[in-house]
Amino acid sequence: MKDVAFGQYYPAESFVHKMDARVKILAVIAYMVAVFLVKSVPYQFLGFAACLLFVMIATAVAKVPFLRVLKSIKAILFFVVLSAVLQLFFNTSGTLVFEWKFIKIYNGGLLNAAFIIARITLIVLGASILTLTTSPVEIADGIESLLYPLKWIKFPVHEFALIMSIALRFIPTLLDETDRIIKAQKARGADFESGNIFKRAKALIPVLIPLLISSFRRADELADAMDARCYSGSKCRTKYKKMKLTWRDLIGTLVIGGLITGVVLLNNSGLLAVVI
Amino acid sequence: MSLLKAENVSFSYDKRIKVVKNVSLAVEEGESVAIIGHNGSGKSTLAKLFNALICPDQGKITVDGFCSDDKKSLFEIRKRVGVVFQNPDNQLVASIVEDDVAFGPENLGVKREEIGQRIDFALAAVGMEKFRYSSPTRLSGGQKQRIAIAGVLALMPKILVLDESTAMLDPKGRKEVLAVAEKLNKEHNVTVINITHYMDEVVRADKVYVVNDGEIVLSGTPNEIFKEKDLLKTCGLELPLAAIVADKLIECGVNLPQGILTEEQLAEELCALKRKI
Repeated sequence: MKDVAFGQYYPAESFVHKMDARVKILAVIAYMVAVFLVKSVPYQFLGFAACLLFVMIATAVAKVPFLRVLKSIKAILFFVVLSAVLQLFFNTSGTLVFEWKFIKIYNGGLLNAAFIIARITLIVLGASILTLTTSPVEIADGIESLLYPLKWIKFPVHEFALIMSIALRFIPTLLDETDRIIKAQKARGADFESGNIFKRAKALIPVLIPLLISSFRRADELADAMDARCYSGSKCRTKYKKMKLTWRDLIGTLVIGGLITGVVLLNNSGLLAVVI
Repeated sequence: MSLLKAENVSFSYDKRIKVVKNVSLAVEEGESVAIIGHNGSGKSTLAKLFNALICPDQGKITVDGFCSDDKKSLFEIRKRVGVVFQNPDNQLVASIVEDDVAFGPENLGVKREEIGQRIDFALAAVGMEKFRYSSPTRLSGGQKQRIAIAGVLALMPKILVLDESTAMLDPKGRKEVLAVAEKLNKEHNVTVINITHYMDEVVRADKVYVVNDGEIVLSGTPNEIFKEKDLLKTCGLELPLAAIVADKLIECGVNLPQGILTEEQLAEELCALKRKI
């Protein structure tokens, strides 16, 4: 249960793991842009194929088993299926290809459903490479560093980053606590396993309330401990950890740039027609 | 001049019930002091007063010349008095040991290179160098508490206050933490104030204060304290096991000297007795 705190982080020594978290976050955003840039007509699947190729190469370079990357789709499977089904039934463009009682499916719907499945899946696959190769702490540090310019508009960057890192720090502690409370309530005869979903949800109340109360107590004690260590907000505070850009980050940036260029070229069907 | 001085300090959380009543004490540099009292005796409030987390309603606390009345000197006091609290889980800020130890010096605005040196020093002092890059959640209670001590040491305090820091630990963890505190006191000349309700932790202290209902009812060396058995009992405190056993043996007519406090002393005296026979 403790491993939840580490997200899906897959520790390994690889090119991608050693890249700067900031560059990886930006790269993922750029990758998502690339996926969204892929036009739906007429060579869309070539654009998607380029993105898929990128994901597969990145996975191989990151020394992460491809199955781990694929597993990330599981979490959003319902969402993917739902949007595909909606497209199938309610998109009425193109010609009718299938009819049964009140269900009418048009080829436009079919095409769009496939398009949406490909788009969401590719986005999740790409994002999971970030979370698989970067620990949550690194991601939090990266976000803090990326948000730094927002200081100009008085956004409390340091406080925001501290909230994130403390939240990450306390996930395993609170999970342990939840486990303990569940056991304690079970010992008092609480039943979490039987009954329908509403009954089971209701059975969780005696777990959630003690958990909430103890979190407040923890927060109080943590505040004292931070005060005792001279915490006074972000002013005149130094930072021990420094992130450094390396040649790996340059290569990563170039590859992402290449992907976006490729997608734009593929979108431009006229150009492609010439090539073919 | 005393390093830490409390003069007629009183404090109440709700302006009605005084948790600390008219407490005066002085701690000298390099001393190892124990403050003992049962639950709810106000001893944890004392820890917060020493560290200027709360300010006394009456009286004043002076640390190394800085008075807690002056709002500007709060950070000077907190820099000099490091407090380690009871629950190790609730005082670690970061998910990596190194980052947690760096938290204090970062707050003070210490330069990067020096923070690195301070982390080296603090982790070496508590014997946790090996865990520099680990996550505290994977450590034992005693190890976590040693990291908490390291986090405080990185501020380079003159006084280390242990506010029931061993109460939630198993016997092994307790021993680890106490050994670290003793080492800091002896080798690094850090003044240690151990606030506890375990009598056996008091034995090695230079000076002991017994707190009951927010008042200091007794003070002196461990030997002087343990003579006042009845007073200790009314304060809800019990002698260490070795002392109880020694007393019972003397009652039964065994020829033991007075003032046995630790198990080692008891064992030695009994062996000496056996040799005589």
